[in-house]
Amino acid sequence: MNYYISEELNDIKEICAEIAEKYIVPIRAELDEENRFPREIMKIMAESDLLGIYIPEEYGGSAEMFGGGSMALSVATEELSRACGGIAVSYAANALGAMPILISGSDEQKKKYLPDLASGAKLAAFALTEPEAGSDAGGVKTKAIKDGDHYVLNGTKQWITNGGEAQIYTVIALTDPSRGARGLSAFIVEEGTPGFSYGKKEDKMGIRASATRELIFEDCRIQEENLISREGYGFIVAMKTLNRSRPGVASQAVGIAQGALDEAAKYASERKQFGQRIDSFQGIQFMLADMATQVEAARALTYSVARMIDAGEKKYDKESAMAKVFASDVAMKVSTDAVQILGGYGYMKEYPVEKMMRDAKITQIYEGTNQIQRSVIASALIKETAARRK
Amino acid sequence: MRIVVAVKQVPDTAEVRIDEERGTLIREGIPSILNPFDAYALEEAFKWRDELGGTVIVVSMGPPQAEAVLREAVSMGADEAVLLSDRAFAGADTWATSHTLATAVEKIGDIDIVLTGKQAIDGDTAQTGPSIAASLDWPQITFVGKVRELTGKHIIAERYVEGGSEVIKSSLPVVVTVLKDANIPRLPSLKGKMKARKIEIPVWGKDDLELSEGEVGLDGSPTRVVSIATPEIFTDGQIHHGEPEELAKLMADSLLGTEVS
Repeated sequence: MNYYISEELNDIKEICAEIAEKYIVPIRAELDEENRFPREIMKIMAESDLLGIYIPEEYGGSAEMFGGGSMALSVATEELSRACGGIAVSYAANALGAMPILISGSDEQKKKYLPDLASGAKLAAFALTEPEAGSDAGGVKTKAIKDGDHYVLNGTKQWITNGGEAQIYTVIALTDPSRGARGLSAFIVEEGTPGFSYGKKEDKMGIRASATRELIFEDCRIQEENLISREGYGFIVAMKTLNRSRPGVASQAVGIAQGALDEAAKYASERKQFGQRIDSFQGIQFMLADMATQVEAARALTYSVARMIDAGEKKYDKESAMAKVFASDVAMKVSTDAVQILGGYGYMKEYPVEKMMRDAKITQIYEGTNQIQRSVIASALIKETAARRK
Repeated sequence: MRIVVAVKQVPDTAEVRIDEERGTLIREGIPSILNPFDAYALEEAFKWRDELGGTVIVVSMGPPQAEAVLREAVSMGADEAVLLSDRAFAGADTWATSHTLATAVEKIGDIDIVLTGKQAIDGDTAQTGPSIAASLDWPQITFVGKVRELTGKHIIAERYVEGGSEVIKSSLPVVVTVLKDANIPRLPSLKGKMKARKIEIPVWGKDDLELSEGEVGLDGSPTRVVSIATPEIFTDGQIHHGEPEELAKLMADSLLGTEVS
């Protein structure tokens, strides 16, 4: 389907497709097997100017050229995900880590951190999740207690994408433990700060090329200018960040689904059983037709939300949740069906679809489970309905 | 450092069909690409430009549509581009082509190095690079697998030749033809692609280069391709039928007879 994207967005698509074909496809199985972060590919992406496409020109990026950056990120993430969901999430999580600074940071913070992220000299990560704070962000236990012109951080962050690989971390911590979610604040913590170390590296089911690690803060002192926005605004910063980044997860899901569909259609056109190509059987044809339709619907919804954000719309939490929920469910369904079409071969590691199926699963879970997304959608719907009744 | 990279637009595959009557390649319906070896010449130019500072100017001789490979080179990092295109250039052999390219190098002026790929995948002559050097009366280093050193004054490069390598030091200006061992060509960047779309590429013809009819195109070409053909593939197999024992003996005798050991 033609979405009439601009020439500039098409440049992003072409470059990502070339990186995917030349550099990602040949090593994706190896990175998956070895649980290895794609440093060399992140470097190539940086050299191709892909790391600054959502950052304004003023801070070293090129977001204006793409009409804001949300579509740019979506197009890039989708194209990379077609080849490898793990590498794509490393790319997207970098943007997620930068987002709190971009959305709520001061001009000084933007000037200090964004240029290095736009050039790829440094990578970023976003740290919200903790053992007891998953869907319930209000369960954060990590504390940031004011001490003179410093904050002292203590606690552990869990499952942090790009953890151990990033140099700049945006961390949500409690400045006022008595106020729950309203006592949360957002901070910038740089790698190498005394008291900040890395813990357990996770061994995951999918997206294994991405790094997922614990962050440990033990009397980690950071200067007060590293506070993003104001004390008590951490929850809002986190929610704004996640609303903005959800189309990225949706795009990752669309890409994984497209990759799986491509593999299934190709295989069905080559595989012969009962003396004919299996794509001549209606059973396979109908599966492929449904898969293609679902992928297109997921993409259309995702692009619509990304365009909405780029157009300057302020409220898009419902739509952003819809794109994430729908696209990730499609990715799971389509990748599972792709394995089915490839049959026994699909179950083997020689073919990429089993990895796509493993990679797809996480898109239903992270950045807010699909159940949480449905709650977001429903509560927005209920509010809209109530407003109409007045 | 001012570097010219001479590039060629070629058909996408080495398996293009041949028009045996005319002795030319049938190009219709075959997508055109940047000659793959030229990508290594470009990367070598970018690498040294990035290290030493300077300008990379990419030049191609060809029909108007050859502009596409120049834009591709700009998207990868070339600073400037010039297309040499004129009806009078048609039918040029390697001598006329390199004479035209060499004249363009002189017109651009103040060039330290001309880089090209070791050969083009369509003609496969590997003559254009050396012939540019001859036309300019510059030294040349061909089949370079590694540039060890480059300064404003000299170059030290390794030529990969059959059975070993030769290390050559030359003064500048110089013509160098590059092998794929030299580097890994970079991909186009976003900023490069934007620049490639906007850049104005001057087109120089015979008159711009102050060349006469007799120096360019078919008239300026001392050689002609007399014929061109695909080599026939000979298959010399035999088919025998019989019992396994008989066939095994037949095969053993046959192998012994040909003295295969």
